[in-house]
Amino acid sequence: MKTETDNLQPGQVEEPLDHLESSTEEHELRLPDKGSARRSQRAEVWRRLRKNKMAMIGLFIVVLIILTAVFADYIAPYSYRTQHLERRQEGPSGDFWLGTDDLGRDIFSRIVYGSRVSLQVGFVAVSIAVMLGGTLGALAGYYGSHLDNWIMRFMDVILAIPSILLAIAIVSSFGGGLVNVMVAVGVSNIPIYARIVKASVISIKEQEYIEAARAVGAGDARIIFKHILPNSLAPIIVQGTLGVATAILSAAGLSFIGLGIEPPTPEWGAMLSAGRHIIRRAPHVTTFPGLAIMITIFALNLLGDGLRDALDPRLKQ
Amino acid sequence: MHKYILRRLFLLIPVMLGVSFVVFTIMFFTPGDPVRVMLGERAPEAEIEAMRERMGLNEPFVVQFGSFVFNAARGDLGRSLVTRRPVFDELYARFPATLQLAAAGVLVAVLMGIPIGIVSATKQYSLFDGMSMALALVGVSMPNFWQGMMMILLFSIVLGVLPSSGYGTFMHLILPALTIGTSSAAIITRMTRSSMLEVVRQDYIRTARAKGLSERVVINQHALKNALIPIVTVIGLQFGYLLGGAVLTETIFSWPGVGRFMVDAIRQRDYPVVQGGVLLLALTFSVVNLLVDILYAYIDPRIKAQYK
Amino acid sequence: MASALLQIQDLKVEYHTEDGIVTAVDNLSLDLNKGETLGLVGETGAGKTTSALAVMRLVPAPPGKVISGRVLFDGQDLSTLKAEEMRLIRGNRISMIFQDPMTSLNPVMTVGRQIEEAVELHQKMDNKTAKARAGEMLKLVGIPAARAADYPHEFSGGMRQRVGIAMALSCNPELLIADEPTTALDVTIQAQVLELMKRLRTEFGTSMIIITHDLGIVAEACDKVAIMYAGAVVEYGTVESVFNRPLHPYTRGLFGSIPNIAEDVERLTPIPGLMPDPTDLPYGCRFHPRCPMAREICSTQTPAISTPEDGRTVACMIYEGLVPGYDTEEKA
Repeated sequence: MKTETDNLQPGQVEEPLDHLESSTEEHELRLPDKGSARRSQRAEVWRRLRKNKMAMIGLFIVVLIILTAVFADYIAPYSYRTQHLERRQEGPSGDFWLGTDDLGRDIFSRIVYGSRVSLQVGFVAVSIAVMLGGTLGALAGYYGSHLDNWIMRFMDVILAIPSILLAIAIVSSFGGGLVNVMVAVGVSNIPIYARIVKASVISIKEQEYIEAARAVGAGDARIIFKHILPNSLAPIIVQGTLGVATAILSAAGLSFIGLGIEPPTPEWGAMLSAGRHIIRRAPHVTTFPGLAIMITIFALNLLGDGLRDALDPRLKQ
Repeated sequence: MHKYILRRLFLLIPVMLGVSFVVFTIMFFTPGDPVRVMLGERAPEAEIEAMRERMGLNEPFVVQFGSFVFNAARGDLGRSLVTRRPVFDELYARFPATLQLAAAGVLVAVLMGIPIGIVSATKQYSLFDGMSMALALVGVSMPNFWQGMMMILLFSIVLGVLPSSGYGTFMHLILPALTIGTSSAAIITRMTRSSMLEVVRQDYIRTARAKGLSERVVINQHALKNALIPIVTVIGLQFGYLLGGAVLTETIFSWPGVGRFMVDAIRQRDYPVVQGGVLLLALTFSVVNLLVDILYAYIDPRIKAQYK
Repeated sequence: MASALLQIQDLKVEYHTEDGIVTAVDNLSLDLNKGETLGLVGETGAGKTTSALAVMRLVPAPPGKVISGRVLFDGQDLSTLKAEEMRLIRGNRISMIFQDPMTSLNPVMTVGRQIEEAVELHQKMDNKTAKARAGEMLKLVGIPAARAADYPHEFSGGMRQRVGIAMALSCNPELLIADEPTTALDVTIQAQVLELMKRLRTEFGTSMIIITHDLGIVAEACDKVAIMYAGAVVEYGTVESVFNRPLHPYTRGLFGSIPNIAEDVERLTPIPGLMPDPTDLPYGCRFHPRCPMAREICSTQTPAISTPEDGRTVACMIYEGLVPGYDTEEKA
């Protein structure tokens, strides 16, 4: 259960600007030969990332979780909905590696399938936030003045509501379910990306190459999407990685208070919530889904921190 | 300074209007009829219609929103559909418990985060630094509702030293405060460390050392005050997170605050309560952020000069 | 009368960075007598500031590391002192003025308090006496005592530098190290600050090291001068002798690159090339890639320190007789 304030780490408050400098540098590099300079910049980032042991551990775990989600059907020993009614609330054993829940379903299988839900929620929610927030931020930064004012005041309003509360309000009103949860979590995170993109846009739009693009008759939309947004990518990737973690936690929190994904879909937050009332008899029902969440978030945070250092070494400490 | 505070208080009005608008809109377009919630599914159609008319639910959106804002400004947030008592009274009765929990959480976070962050920064790359950074990362990665349950499991069920739920004594406060404060503590630790590392590289720290001051004085008197500005910002933001987190933490520990009341209200589709609760917590968060901005002036004379 | 106050012997300081090891100071040796003012001259990155910080034992570590060498202050080896003992010297017997007055003062502490701190610590004064002392010091540098209650951002750059000087002098140090004290200031303020430092020297007899890349300042304020290049002293002597007859090709290059309106424009010959990459210093004489006099041997052998005349040293193989010198050219 994290709000956007969660991943606010050092420097991240001012980060958009910091990144900007690097983005413009990158662009100067790119002028002579667009493709190759960008490739070499990527190679450089990758080289720095690879040197960061913690980030690589994070990346490894994230890839592992993605593979688990993709090959869930082959990995999970049972279906996520098969109830072994005669063997309910059993502790870990050879048959059920992580035990069974109160309906006798295999917890390991449900965690494996649950990775699909969590990853989906995380990525889709962040995509929604990036798309809406990014567009609003780009508009605000590009056109400035009144539009900027209105958009950013609106963002202030959203920021004034702790993001989990906003998500709760949305879901409690429109109902739970996968789609609503993703929308709710996504919408409540819009302001973060709006701010990042706006800051990027403001400092990029006065650059000479943008003037040049305008001079050869490129339209506003083309300039925004072709020239400006790609240059705001670095801070968005960093924030997005950390944002996926936040979104997964938020979604799990919503499920925990009964507002999230509906049964029998195996969602980690809902699984551990279901174990809450039998925590004395069967603590494993609560423990393992929580561990799954924690490991996922931990890995995403490691990767996000590493990406930030790799994309902007000046922030590294 | 007073002028600045007044101006900031004045600026709270449009923000709260905006928050009311967002919250009201979300609730307005809720599928389902609040009157049916009140009167039950089997109530006769005529009675429902009469009730709708009486509650002003047949008016257009703008009129309804206008009267909502007008009433809210006077402290009237409507009546709970379930208890039939004024929402304001219900929230007001529970607010101190939530504030107490959030404040305890901030206290836990600050008392853990700042000292650990300072030691980590002064001993960068030491074993202590490595351990505390790893723990901080675990701290931000743990879902707090899960952490709460794990602590109940350990301290209440296995060890039996602390109560798992309830309200009133200091013992009751420990587990919820730790639960709600841990991830903030982790974030403040990381922030303190990096802010201190940034500050100790500054020229004026070298100047302080060149004066022959002891490392303790250099860190506690010269570095910390400078490092505090971004830390205070984060503490303010964390307060908002804690208010949100209260919803979950209060549920786990049966803490009689606004958060748990809201969760119950959501289950019972008691919209006025949800609406009022979100509004109240958002207002609290905004006021805390205002206080944080004022606090800056006392830390940094340059900011104070700007406020004039 | 010339007893050494400060002796730096074979000092070597490295910075261990991600990009490799930077040798900032390499086998530096220097003497400073009581009452003297020494100018330490060199381009940016020559290791001047690092040398000064090494004297104060303030080289930031990590990444900095003093590899070898000794610093004798008043006959005492500073590197053998305990941290607490060193603190009693710092700011008290040796103090330092830093380059950038805009960043060298603590922004959240009044300037008065920043001066008081040092005297309270070293002179064992109570707060009241310390306050009075801070006021006096401010007056000494031409700032009204009442402004002690102000914060650094309320002062101009020149005034802040004077605050820095007041702070450094508050405990009557025997040695004052001024690291480019005037670089960040504009010309008129530069003159004021320089004048102030000269006055202090005559009034209090403080020994000084002035770090600068401005030969004009050296001519005006110093008795001795040491020229640094790539971490080492290449030439040392009295200001008079070095300015009248520079020996090392680098020193000659430095004088050549000062524009002189009285002379023919063609004589303005800047040193070709750039300072070497500090992570990859050239072998042999560090200056040989840029040296107009360089021979084969300069890239294979490190020059020894020669003493061509009394009180004069130079690190160049011309003066070891290994490389042909300037004699013929100079007659022209």
